[in-house]
Amino acid sequence: MPGGRITLDGIGHSYAGPGASEKDYALHPMHHVWEQGVSYALLGPSGCGKTTLLNIISGLVTPSEGRLFFGDRDVTYLPTEKRNIAQVFQFPVIYDTMTVAQNLAFPLKNRGMPADRIKIRVGEVAELLGLTGDLARRARGLTADAKQKISLGRGLVREDVSAVLFDEPLTVIDPGLKWELRSKLRQVHRALDLLMIYVTHDQVEALTFADRVVVMKDGRVLQIGTPVELFERPEHTFVGYFIGSPGMNLLAAEVKGDHARIGGQEIKLAADYASLPSNVPIQIGIRPDHAMLAPDGKGVRVRVERIDDLGRTRLARVTVDGQNLIATVPPDLAVPSGEAGVILDPRRIHVYANDRRVEGAVR
Amino acid sequence: MNNKVLNNRAWFFVLPVLLIVLFSALLPLMTVINYSVQDTIGPNAFFWNGAGWFRDVLDPTTPIGANFAGALKRNLVFSAIILVIEVPLGIAISLCMPRKGWKVGPTLVVVALPLLIPYNVVGTIWQVFARNDIGLFGYAINALGIDYNYSLGPTSAWITVIIMDVWHWTSLVVLLCFAGLKAIPDAFYQAARIDGASRWSIFVNIELPKLRRVLVIAILLRFMASFMIYTEPFVLTGGGPGNATTFISIDLVNMALGQLLLGQSAALSLIYELIILAICWIFYTAVTHFEQREWTRE
Repeated sequence: MPGGRITLDGIGHSYAGPGASEKDYALHPMHHVWEQGVSYALLGPSGCGKTTLLNIISGLVTPSEGRLFFGDRDVTYLPTEKRNIAQVFQFPVIYDTMTVAQNLAFPLKNRGMPADRIKIRVGEVAELLGLTGDLARRARGLTADAKQKISLGRGLVREDVSAVLFDEPLTVIDPGLKWELRSKLRQVHRALDLLMIYVTHDQVEALTFADRVVVMKDGRVLQIGTPVELFERPEHTFVGYFIGSPGMNLLAAEVKGDHARIGGQEIKLAADYASLPSNVPIQIGIRPDHAMLAPDGKGVRVRVERIDDLGRTRLARVTVDGQNLIATVPPDLAVPSGEAGVILDPRRIHVYANDRRVEGAVR
Repeated sequence: MNNKVLNNRAWFFVLPVLLIVLFSALLPLMTVINYSVQDTIGPNAFFWNGAGWFRDVLDPTTPIGANFAGALKRNLVFSAIILVIEVPLGIAISLCMPRKGWKVGPTLVVVALPLLIPYNVVGTIWQVFARNDIGLFGYAINALGIDYNYSLGPTSAWITVIIMDVWHWTSLVVLLCFAGLKAIPDAFYQAARIDGASRWSIFVNIELPKLRRVLVIAILLRFMASFMIYTEPFVLTGGGPGNATTFISIDLVNMALGQLLLGQSAALSLIYELIILAICWIFYTAVTHFEQREWTRE
């Protein structure tokens, strides 16, 4: 019974217990449906509630409010071992007394699978993770890499799970092997049509692993979208800033109609923002990839502070009306010092009111 | 290139420690060795006796040898019983203790309390507590219709000495195991729940293997201390009834201070020490050897 979707109905958690104040929440109440067969990445800085959310789904934490459904079944208070969930943790967990094969077989054995089928399944998973040669060895003598592979293997060995949850599983893995294992996980995901949720604070890992990325901060989900959506239309200033390296430029501005004003300079926008709320901070955001440095006199007038040569590209750190901005230096441009211009692509400029993106009216 | 600077003045830093060790350990030990190979016929008139005293002590046909053989047997049986009771009991208690929250502190204090009581006070407590006329324990046992009197019955005496030691020292095993259990990361328990492991399976496959190191220490400490036991049985029974609870240390003190048999006592002390050293060494070597084999086993 591959389990279908997982529904969070107003799930929230505060470690302080009931009656907690707003700031005690590790996870603010939220609604979300995790679709079967989709791989999600939970992305956010440390302490943003990603692991809490994951542990609520696996049942290691009981949420202080809301209900959790696997398909149509309410599992909010069902203990972990009765849920059909596999979870892999940040640091390797292996059973010292057992061989690699016994470690991989453990979750199946505990659920009473016949020995011959266990053997086949363990063989498959070991093959997938490159552990076949080590099956008969004691698990405790192996390297951290191999131990984490065993942990991953125990997460993947059960075929009947509703979801496989990963809590930063590649932290201890060597960088080279990381790529390999991540693509293996994608491969498994495609083959098994499973719901996978992958927690990470590494945007590259999130963007390369997942179909959909859930960006979280301070216990709230800020945006759920494909990697392209997150890059091109960040719904929240934090998403713009957190995704991309370097992140999105955010400049305080006055926006009137289809123009933004910074200091004395006007910037053309691609849409009309007639009904912006008043009394909230307004910002415009543009990615460094879409802001091009130009000779003085073109585009917005800026002051060049520093040029960072990254080898493949050069980035100019400039200021406009005292605010920092990062722009790309075109390959053929001789770097101007002092005053220069920056050309902003109007279609790539987003307007944020109180950190939330505002959709303008396109004429 | 060898940039190492040779400077032997560093030895001066070690010198004070060497002197202290010399006076605290080596010189007294040399005195014992000295006595063990000499005999005396009067004040300050010593002569060489070779291995004579050692032969006496190790030969069960001599009175001293017979005493020693009996005491050695009692010591070995006692230590074995103590380990068999205290190690599993200590593990069991440590598993029941809270590992988080405000209860940890008070529990630890209560558990550690027996360890803070001086040996002879423990002996006195049980001496009174287990009496069948005024002691609650002894009186209650007798009231149940069980014939119990530690100053008359050898079995009663043994049971009392064992209970007393379990009461006094199980806490040490508990504390060591508690520290070992605390060191197991939460992820292991969480993974076990995800894997659907039973409580017994968690104990066998996670907790016990992680406790291995502390258990080696616990067994060594408890073996050594129980093998050297002196004060508590001395206060409780004085080695009786008869010589039912005369352990090597009690026998030794009787010989050295009661009968002033310095040569025999010195020889016995050395043999006693060597036995403890040998057993600990064999145990430790066996454990580490076993671990080594496990690590490299394909």
